[in-house]
Amino acid sequence: METLVYQFEGGSRGLPAQPQVVGVVGSGNLEVLIEAVPLAGACSIEIKTAAVGFGATWEAVMRDFHERWQLKNARIAINDMGATPAVVSLRLDQAVETILGGAA
Amino acid sequence: MNAKHTPAGGWNTLQANRAGRIQRAGVQLGNALDGKAVPAALIGELLHAVIERGDRVCLEGNNQKQADFLGQALAGLDPERVNGLHMLLSVLALPEHLDVFERGVADRLDFSFSGPQAARVARLLAAGKLQIGAIHTYLELFSRYFIDLTPRVSLIAAEAADRHGNLYTGPNTEDTPAIAEATAFKNGIVIVQVNRIMDTLPRVDIPGDWVDFVVQSPRPYYIEPLFTRDPAQISEIQVLMAMMAIKGIYAEYQVERLNHGIGFDTAAIELLLPTYAESLGLKGKIARHWALNPHPALIPAIEAGFAESVYSFGSELGMEDYIRARPDVFFVGPDGSMRSNRALCQAAGHYACDMFIGSTLQIDLQGNSSTATQGRIAGFGGAPNMGADARGRRHASPAWLKAGQQAREGRNTIPRGQKLVVQIVETFREHMQPAFVERLDAWALAEQAGMALPPVMIYGDDVTHILTEEGIANLLLCRSDEEREQAIRGVAGYTPVGMARDRRMVENLRDRGIIQRAEDMGVDKRQATRDLLAAKNMKDLVRASGGLYNPPKRFRNW
Repeated sequence: METLVYQFEGGSRGLPAQPQVVGVVGSGNLEVLIEAVPLAGACSIEIKTAAVGFGATWEAVMRDFHERWQLKNARIAINDMGATPAVVSLRLDQAVETILGGAA
Repeated sequence: MNAKHTPAGGWNTLQANRAGRIQRAGVQLGNALDGKAVPAALIGELLHAVIERGDRVCLEGNNQKQADFLGQALAGLDPERVNGLHMLLSVLALPEHLDVFERGVADRLDFSFSGPQAARVARLLAAGKLQIGAIHTYLELFSRYFIDLTPRVSLIAAEAADRHGNLYTGPNTEDTPAIAEATAFKNGIVIVQVNRIMDTLPRVDIPGDWVDFVVQSPRPYYIEPLFTRDPAQISEIQVLMAMMAIKGIYAEYQVERLNHGIGFDTAAIELLLPTYAESLGLKGKIARHWALNPHPALIPAIEAGFAESVYSFGSELGMEDYIRARPDVFFVGPDGSMRSNRALCQAAGHYACDMFIGSTLQIDLQGNSSTATQGRIAGFGGAPNMGADARGRRHASPAWLKAGQQAREGRNTIPRGQKLVVQIVETFREHMQPAFVERLDAWALAEQAGMALPPVMIYGDDVTHILTEEGIANLLLCRSDEEREQAIRGVAGYTPVGMARDRRMVENLRDRGIIQRAEDMGVDKRQATRDLLAAKNMKDLVRASGGLYNPPKRFRNW
């Protein structure tokens, strides 16, 4: 198990109050919790992952995610069971699209 | 003035040689021969009588059905009496296909595909037990049967025969007509293993005068359900990629006539036609006419009226009754069962289809793709025939014209179309193996095996689109090698090849529509769940078929 934390500044998109969970904790899958939290404008992502040693890939996936969505005052918690970057990106996008409720 | 030339042996050495073989068989079998029917117990005697040292022998190993009884008999021959055979096989699927080399009965091989035996082929080659002439595509190998690799003896498989040698091949005709015709009309010997000998056949697929001997095998020929994919194993990423394929390619180019490669990526597309494509109003506009084996995953699309006609290379186990009940869709004989023909279906893929879409194992920066990986000589099968633009003159269609127009825009060339060749892959395969590489394993394999060329399956200059979970790269619109490379990197995800992209250039390609992301196509990722599949498991497929589809036991998981 490895814990990775990333924080991104400069986002512009706020989130509605209602938190959302998408995905499930299962082999090759992951669970994403997304919620609005006052973080002085930052977007904070905490990842607990079963696959150790993929920090560089996680960082790239998260950087691209932030570039796509520009979230601010957002906290994202990820429970990962060895999902591929493809699944991680899809889940994150689904989580944001769900919490924004069709504003995608 | 030319002197009249007469070869030393005369003009009919092949006929004379054939007569000798038939006569030896007659002497050997005596009264045991019933018309053309030979008792199974005497198969060794028959083969020793008709096969000569150094013969080119075609053993029917297809994608699906296998002349396994004859293959075992051949491998069991005495290498003191029969040796130096040159084997011709479409598919090397069974251990006995290689036992003939291990035992020294044969020493030379021309083939197409060796999937399950790929590692052993590589070992035997390294041990000097076999020499490979070439690794072919199916249509190419069948073609050579009529030009410079005509079989002297062919060992083939059919469902049933009568005593005159007429054959009923049933739904799995596959390669049989091409092999039998090439052999019979060049005075070769055709021996057939059949599941049963009947007085009256349901229909005649191969006429009896092309056939010399039939033998009822002690057990039915081996057949592989190669094209069955359990929808339960389709991932959400595959659903997402299927959505992008349908919206970004099928709808965009109005693809009506097509072939799908084998695998879960394309099964997902088949299962999204009655749901996602229907919701986009695409019924009757896309995916109407198919060159395709009867994939069980296509059942919901057929039932929904999407797929209107299907011509097949071979059949698929369990689909017999469903096909029989849908004669407007499939090609069936007067007896009601399907007729397939691999050679004709490959030709249809070349000249009558507007698109091939299929998966691969490795793609390089030029878009070349290969399924060859180190230590395995797997060959190609039909994918390179399907995944190629046949180039020559052909009729126009909207899809073909649009692809050609995109490729030629801004160039001073006469108008011409182009076939769509789409590679659909997740950026990482299982065990986090990247699907995108700087250099294909095929290069190393070519060096190890002394091949003239790296075993590329689909050439980059034929590939028009690469589709991954990250989006679609439209290579038709690229105007330089550099653009092409960045377009490929731009959909290569978090593989090392993808991470090394020039981000600014990739954004520029995206602005020009050369790279499209899901959001650029209006694909809503929230919809990318397994709920979008028209069938979620095998039982759903059976239900969709009205109980007519009868899955093989290993797929009956309910």
